[in-house]
Amino acid sequence: MITVKDLHKSFGALHVLRGINENIANGEKVVIIGPSGSGKSTFLRCLNLLETPTSGEIYIDGELINTGSVNVSRVRQKMGMVFQQFNLFAHLTVMENVTLAPTMIKKTEKAAAMEEGKKLLARVGILDKENAYPAQLSGGQKQRVAIARALAMQPEIMLFDEPTSALDPEMVGEVLEVMTSLAADGMTMVVVTHEMGFAREVGSRVLFMDEGLVIEQNAPDELFKNPAHPRTKSFLSKIL
Amino acid sequence: MGDWFSRILDDFIQNFITESRYTLIIQGFTVTVYVSFLAAALGVIIGTALAFASMSKYKALKLPARGYIDIIRGTPAVTQLLIIYFVVFGSVRWHPAVIGAISFGINSGAYVAEIIRAGILSVDYGQTEAGLSLGMTRAQTMIKIVLPQAVKNIFPALCNEFIVLIKETAIIGYVGIMDLAKAGEFIRSRTFSAFMPLLGTAIIYFIVIKLLTKMFAAFEKKLRKSDIR
Repeated sequence: MITVKDLHKSFGALHVLRGINENIANGEKVVIIGPSGSGKSTFLRCLNLLETPTSGEIYIDGELINTGSVNVSRVRQKMGMVFQQFNLFAHLTVMENVTLAPTMIKKTEKAAAMEEGKKLLARVGILDKENAYPAQLSGGQKQRVAIARALAMQPEIMLFDEPTSALDPEMVGEVLEVMTSLAADGMTMVVVTHEMGFAREVGSRVLFMDEGLVIEQNAPDELFKNPAHPRTKSFLSKIL
Repeated sequence: MGDWFSRILDDFIQNFITESRYTLIIQGFTVTVYVSFLAAALGVIIGTALAFASMSKYKALKLPARGYIDIIRGTPAVTQLLIIYFVVFGSVRWHPAVIGAISFGINSGAYVAEIIRAGILSVDYGQTEAGLSLGMTRAQTMIKIVLPQAVKNIFPALCNEFIVLIKETAIIGYVGIMDLAKAGEFIRSRTFSAFMPLLGTAIIYFIVIKLLTKMFAAFEKKLRKSDIR
């Protein structure tokens, strides 16, 4: 579903990604961990071209997406993204946040989009706030709306960029719960996170990144129990 | 007390009623309103175009826009008015008030451009990224996500610019056009009494701007609806 070949990304003189090769199959839940500055978020943001790769190739469903001839907006419609800072549209209500993209891009009828929106908001447990503005929600509620907003475009893949890192501790659980149920439904997910419990429980594979490379990867139980690389060991010993 | 009042009344009659001088005030006021609105409309059009040009990644758009803004902000409005009236439109027989309005519009456009640019930059880039990640184009994101939020920051500054503009049109007397300020000054030169005509025109400016400010404030409140917690 996603194939990445020798992906490099530099910001000026800073070489952030130094050659990533990766295959992500349909239905996989890939969790990316690693120290800050290791390039996890940059890698994720390259997948939907919020960052333009400096070199290398990214294929989605067999289509090379990082070339000039590709319609980037169409590619992004296949991939939902959830941000650390939620990024809900501040001037729109919860329901408008969820229905804007389907009505504007997919030309879904407003009534149909709202019906679908109600289902999605019910699914993330926040239907009672459909007329609230983002400023009136807690962090956990905002992030659940953000997930519903991304799902409204019926993506094939969901990208999560540290979705719980900006939340108060008591709100982390409600967001992880939604993500876990999404995983159970078979969604292909790529998740950058520091939540090792989630990685262990939900991840089908864990990638450990450091200094712009995937240093080691394995099934979560195996990686957490028997890390092979010294840097993985040292990282895990600091956070577990 | 009665003596004082009758003196003021005499002064008023002499300056505004005798020889129907109030018609000068009305004519001048009409010119001021006309020039202000025309200049404001032109300023917003020029300013919007300049704002987007100055934020463009294409140097062919960006550099001329920055140059325009630099030149306008770096020279006095009076000098610009004189140059546009006597040099640029020197041989064009348009209505002088129209030429004046064009000059103020060109001037205001530079300030409006900076107001709009700052308003757009004030919207967190995460909003744009969220729009793009859903599959919206850059134009769709700008129109549906960024601009509606930027307006809240642009509007108060734009109102302020409009108020400054109304008062700035008072320099149009430099090229011999009778606006409100010039009308007051003209009456003074006829009646040799400074207090009544000058204070009178000042009060008219003040009332107009006060009313506009009230209107703007009411509208701004509506814009801030989504900020309520």
